[in-house]
Parts: sequence; structure tokens; C-alpha cells
Amino acid sequence: MERLRRTMMFVPGNNPGMMADAYIYGPDSIMLDLEDSVTMAEKDTARLLVYNALKTIDYGDTEMVVRINPLNTPYGKKDIEAVVKAGVDVIRMPKTETAEEVIEVEREIEKVEKEIGCLGRTQIMAAIESALGVVNAYAIATASKRMMGIALGAEDYSANLKTQRTPEGSELLLARETIVVAARAAGIDALDTVYSNLNDMETFRNEVEAIKKLGFDGKSIINPRQIEVVNEVFAPKEKDIQKSLTILAAIKEAEKKGSGVIAVNGKMVDRPVVLRAQRTIDLAIASGILTKEDIQ
Amino acid sequence: MELKNAMAGTLESGDILIQIAPSDVDGLHIELDSTVAYQFGEQIYQFGEQIKKVITNTLQELGINKANVKATDKGALDCTIKARVTAAAVRSTGVDVWA
Amino acid sequence: MNSIKDRADLIAAAAKKMGKDVFKDDLVKISTPRHDLQRKSGKVVTLEEAIKKSGLKDGMTISFHHHFRGGDKVINMVVDKLAEMGFKNLHLASSSLIDVHKPLIEHIKNGVITKISTSGLRGDLATAVSHGLMEEPVVFRSHGSRGYAIATGELHIDVAFLGASSSDPLGNAAGFSMSENAKSICGSLGYALPDAKYADKTVILTDDLVDYPNQLNAISEADVDYVVVVDSVGDSSKISSGAIRDTKNPRDILLAKKAAKVVINSGYFENGFSLQTGSGGASLAVTKYLRQAMIDKGIKARFALGGITSHMVKLHQEGLIDRLIDVQSFDKVAAESLMSDPMHKSVSANEYAALLEPGSATHFLDVVILSALEVDVNFNVNVLVGSDGIIRGAIGGHPDTAADSALSVIVCPLLRGRIPCVVDEVTTLITPGSTVDVVVTEFGIAVNPRRPELKKRLQDAGIEIVEITALRDRAKSIIGEAAPLPFGDKVVGIVMNRDGSVMDVIKNIKD
Repeated sequence: MERLRRTMMFVPGNNPGMMADAYIYGPDSIMLDLEDSVTMAEKDTARLLVYNALKTIDYGDTEMVVRINPLNTPYGKKDIEAVVKAGVDVIRMPKTETAEEVIEVEREIEKVEKEIGCLGRTQIMAAIESALGVVNAYAIATASKRMMGIALGAEDYSANLKTQRTPEGSELLLARETIVVAARAAGIDALDTVYSNLNDMETFRNEVEAIKKLGFDGKSIINPRQIEVVNEVFAPKEKDIQKSLTILAAIKEAEKKGSGVIAVNGKMVDRPVVLRAQRTIDLAIASGILTKEDIQ
Repeated sequence: MELKNAMAGTLESGDILIQIAPSDVDGLHIELDSTVAYQFGEQIYQFGEQIKKVITNTLQELGINKANVKATDKGALDCTIKARVTAAAVRSTGVDVWA
Repeated sequence: MNSIKDRADLIAAAAKKMGKDVFKDDLVKISTPRHDLQRKSGKVVTLEEAIKKSGLKDGMTISFHHHFRGGDKVINMVVDKLAEMGFKNLHLASSSLIDVHKPLIEHIKNGVITKISTSGLRGDLATAVSHGLMEEPVVFRSHGSRGYAIATGELHIDVAFLGASSSDPLGNAAGFSMSENAKSICGSLGYALPDAKYADKTVILTDDLVDYPNQLNAISEADVDYVVVVDSVGDSSKISSGAIRDTKNPRDILLAKKAAKVVINSGYFENGFSLQTGSGGASLAVTKYLRQAMIDKGIKARFALGGITSHMVKLHQEGLIDRLIDVQSFDKVAAESLMSDPMHKSVSANEYAALLEPGSATHFLDVVILSALEVDVNFNVNVLVGSDGIIRGAIGGHPDTAADSALSVIVCPLLRGRIPCVVDEVTTLITPGSTVDVVVTEFGIAVNPRRPELKKRLQDAGIEIVEITALRDRAKSIIGEAAPLPFGDKVVGIVMNRDGSVMDVIKNIKD
């Protein structure tokens, strides 16, 4: 089963209580933050908290991501050393504007991985938070084979555009479309920005529906209460599940016969259709609509 | 190792505040105040011994064997205690654990 | 002739035979406008007069209710006065005691109070008692047991001092006031009703003396001996403080949603079911998440019971719950609803939850959601004593509702910081595991092995069920093992079971 990334939950790296609790809410990924939510005076302690949490706390099969400080700050290199040594799954780069920045981070990761003997373990994702980043989205997405996704950071981006965020999000449309297209072209995931008004679940739901339509794999979230809404929106519809089950059954049948050609209802089935069917079933299982037994 | 006064951590629930100060006497002198430890006479109950052990081990691994430590604990897990003690030690010695 | 004169001998003979006097017409009719009489009565006296007239003596039992929770002013006011008047060795029997009753520590030290019966203890008073403040152990009873013990005389009350938000001069009293001078509101007076009915003398303290008749009264003048007017009986804004609060805590919300899912798939979630939620953020919030399922499935509840919250009131007003049976109004919205809605009624503690009272509402209860300080691997629950050995809670209706309901669901976090909630053995036994059906934690849901059919129903609905020992092990793996506490040999508390037997004792913590 391919990893789902419907929800990536932000947890401040200087809050031990929240770091210990994050797992219980069942986000697909947890992003421990060393960057914006940590003041300069606490960068050293947050790094140690994140390091020890990653090494000790049982996060099950939740994907563990750490947002590091940029390499042009005094913290970036140490952040990479700490989280790679702690065995993080993914390093999230903030405010990424060029492919060179990704390559530089990759070089630092490799250095640490070589030292501890786990070359190639750590993945990278990049947050795009400026006009330049959007323009370079495809180059960033393909800068390293470690890239697993790109994400939009809308606060900095809209400031950079000299505009501000609106409920309908028209100022973000081009960036969102560009990021999805770049991610798809690179064969990696696309994640949307956070929505920070926790008291307005209605607008949040609308936004999630809109970005799902655009093609995003999921959304960055800031509170456990947002998880259920995102999962509901991403849950596949009954009709799609049935169709997908039929397609996957046809594949099994074809494999049994050793036939290379797959047909459903007399129509040829292309590979993208098969992949989409598989993703629909994965989502149905993750949403609790199907169980693994159902698809045996 | 030359120590100066330093601290790390907070008094929020699930966290611990560690204060390290130089000591004239050999050994680690840990003063613990914890919501999950109960002091009666010389004995310390619940998680008191466990917390002191984590503090001692962490400092010794960093080569610190002579210090006064004040720990104000609000129910922190061991990994948090280790992180806060390390941070306070790094601030106290000026020697980082990262390259 | 048959005039009344002629019948005089016969009247005298009938009276003699009955042992009665013969009527003499010496009546003087009072011509005062009745309007004036509605405002006075010989019952209205000062607190000191009421105490003197009540015949209270050293060594007797006085009682109180805790409907104002953290805002209560009556207990401290009355005990201060009793101390000033030189009383000693009193037995204080309150429906519960909380942080605000800290001044009792001094009265205990000075010998004014030497014995306490209550449902709970919190704050500094609880800590002091846990360390051995009192010679006599505190006797803890559930709300149902207390009501029943009062009704049967096992807990005999000499003088009850009961705060009320309104009373007329005769003592018709209520937990709210309909006058424009209303100063306070606490809603139901459920815990005070057995006291009013069975105490030898009942004193009403009120901060709003209204004209006769104070209708919609919970306490009747027939049960009241004195009425004392005071500045304030309680601060209503503090009713929903302490254990009662509307949660924004994501972990409580998670627990509440999981518990709601258990209820919905338990087999008891059917038209006409009945529901109760206990105090604590997560258990109170369950109502919120049951609401949508009730709407979606067209299910209506016959009644909601116990501590009534604004969530319950909302469902009632939306037609999702027929009736509210209110022993304690958990917030101001509930208290106001009790005042204005005839389908929202108060109930006395013994008719709420007494084991041997056939009409106890708990006997008709399907589902109860309860919180816990600790649950052990045998499903026993402790809601009274912290894992640090310090008393910090209240029995409330926990064992009553767990035992009487068709389905009891405990919601508690596996860990509160470094404090584990699923343990090998509870610090103090309050609710026996034989009456607990499901335990919901953020790390998994466990079903009592006594209920295999329930476990199957939940599993069939796709709910993952874990062994309760697995929850204990998970807690230990995260926090390690605590060294045992230094308990002393003095018994500082006795826990009564609802059948009147002694269930457990609480030992002192060495100080």
C-alpha cells in the first residue's frame, strides 16, 4: 500500500506534551517543527527535544517529518545532524526557492548518513513559500531522488505576492496549480498549506474540498480537530470504490491467466486507471470504509 | 569541566526545568521537586529515583561529574528529561553535542 | 328540638369518647391585608437565632449540599458561626466538599468539626485529611447511598443548613428565583431534598426572600423550620468550574468521539434509550457527538439523567431527549432550563440512585459515560484518591450508575502527564469491576470479559478492541514503573458500598 499523506500535522518542537500526544490523533504524518514555532533562544533545546522524542516515542507507522531551519541560519546544519541521527523519515525544508538549496541539504544529509551508516534513508520535502519558489517548482521537485513531496506555504507566499489571504483563496490558485503540476510531473506528492482559523470549520472544509479537486494529496494541519474533516473529504465515494474493486479484480484475473491486456466491461484499462483504482482502495481502507479482509 | 549557571526547560505540564550550577564538592547534587515524586524523610517515592537516574546518567555521559542541579518536574517523560538536561549542560559548558 | 344547644351533651360525650376538647368559639379574625402577611413569618430569624432555636448541641450532625460547587458560601458561613458560638465535636455531613471549603481545616483543628461524611473531598482540605488531619476517618458515600442512608436513618441529621436561591417566609425554597431580585441560581436541589425531608430541623438560608407563595419550589415549607436571609448563598458563575467544564482539549474530544462510537454500536442506542454522562471534560462532551447520530438515525432518548448540562438541554430542546431528570444542574443553562421547562424536573438523591429504592431513576438507565482517575486490569475504578495517595475527587453517582445501567462506559486518558490511568490495582476501590463494561482510552478500547456479546457487537462495527492488560503495558512502556508510596497505618477514610457494606479504606500518606 502506498503511503497516504492526507494530513501532515504540525507540532511545535519545543512542546514536549504535544509531541508525546500527537500520535493518538492518527494523522498520516507528524511534522515536528524546529523553524517558525521555535524562538531563536530555544532552537538548541527544541532540537534536543525533537531528537530524543524521535528516538524514544513509539509513533507506530506514522510518517515522521521534521521542519528544519534553513541552511543559511546557524541552526540548519545542526538540525539535519540531529534528526538524521534520530532516524527521521523526512526532512522538510522551509522557504525553498531553488534546486541548489535542495542539493545543499541533500549533501548535508549524506554526510551524516555516511557517518552513521544509513546512506539514502532520509527523504526530503520542500515547502515553497515565495514567487521564485513557485517559478522553480519543477526544478525543486526533481532536484534530488530523495524528494518525496512539495508543499505550499501560503502565509509567506501571499506576503511575497504583495497580497493577503482570502477565504476563497484566489490569490493562491496559480501557486497551487503549479505545485500540483510540478509534483505530478516529478512523480512526487503535493501538499497544501495550513488553515489556521480553528473556529471556522466550514471554510476549512470548503478549502480542503477545493484543493482535493486541484489534485493535492493532502493538507498541512495545525490541530487534531482538523484531521477528521480532511479524512472525510478525502474518503472515496461508494460508486468509485465499487468501480475500483472491479478494476483490481480484473487485474488479478488477468495476472492469473498470464494475460498482459486488462479489460473491464470490454474496455481496455490503462496503467493510470489502475493506479487510481489502487489509491481509491487505499483511501477507502484508511477511511475505515473497507477493511483489508474485504479486498482479499 | 568548567561550568557556569545555566538552565533549560519550562514549568509547563509534561516538561521539566533544569538548572545547573557549579559545585565546590565532587559529585552530582540533584535537588528534585516533582509532581510525580513524593519525598518523605530521606526517601523519595513514585518516579523520584527514576528521574534522578536519568539526570545523573545524562550528565555523566556528557562528562559532567561535579555540579549542583535543581530540577523542577511537571510530569515529563524520560526523553524530555534527557533533552532538557542535555540542553542545560550544553549551555553550562558551552560545548555542543552536535558537530 | 335539635338545636346545637340541645346537642351539647351529645357533643360533650362524643368529645370525651374521642379524647378531644369541645369547641369554644373564641376566634379572633385577623384583618391585616394578606398582602402584608405574605412577607413575614415567625420562621424568619437570624442565623444565630436559627441555630439556638434548632436545639443543636455539641456532638450532633449538621448537613449541607454542594449545588453551588466552587461558588458555595453556606458551609463556611454556617461553620464559622457555629465556631463563634462555641460548638464542638460536630459531625459535618455534606453531599460533597471542594476546594472552597478549605477553612474547615481550622475548624477541624479547633475541634468544632470532628467527623465528616461526604461524597468527595478536594483541595487543601483533602490533602490535609489524607495526611491524617482527623482522628475519625471520613466516611465516603455515593450520592445514591447518602440519600438512602438519610432516608433510613443510618445517617441521622439533626440540623440541615440548606442554601436556596429563593425562599418565601414559610420556607418554600428553590435553587432559582423568579423574582427580579434574584441573586443566585444553582438549579436542582436534588442532593438537599433528603436532608430537608428527614432532618430533625431544617434551616433554609436564602439570598432572595420572596413573597408567599414561592412556587415551583423544590423544598416545601412543611419540611422547613427556619428561614435565614443572607447576602449571598453562592456564586453561580462557579457552578461549572472544577470538574465540570466544556472541553476544547483535543484529547478529551478524541476520547468523547470514541466513546460516542461505542455507545452508538453497543446495541443500546435505540429509540427510547436513556443516557447519563458524568463529570469530566471527555464524558460530558460525548453528548455532543451522540447528537448527530441521533439525528441521522432518527433516534430519540426517553430521558437524560443525573448531572444535566447545557448539551443535554440543547438535545432536549431539539426534541432528541423527551425528559431531563436533574439531580444536579452542571451549568447555568441547565439551571435556567429547570426553572422554565416542565419536562425538566429535579429528583432527590435517593430517588435518583439509591440501590434499594425501587423507583430510583438509575434502575431505568441504559447508558452511562463516566470518567476515572484510575482503572485497573480487573476493571475496578477509582475516582476518589489520586495515584499519589492524596484524596482529590468525589464518588458522586459513579458506582450507582455503573451498577444500575445496562451499559457503563469509562472514558479516561491512558496517561495524564506521567500519571498512568490504567494500572495493576486501583489505589482505592470505588466502583467494582463487575459493574464496568467498557474502558475507552486514546490508545485503545477494552471490553470487560464479562460482556463477550458486547465485544462482538463493537468488533462487528469495525471498532478495534484491545485487552485491558495491553493498555496497562503500553502505559508502563512509556512512563516506567513508579516506586510505591509511603502509606501509614492510620485509616483516614472509609468507602461505603451502596448496599451499606464497607468496601475499602484509605490509609494516610506519611507527612
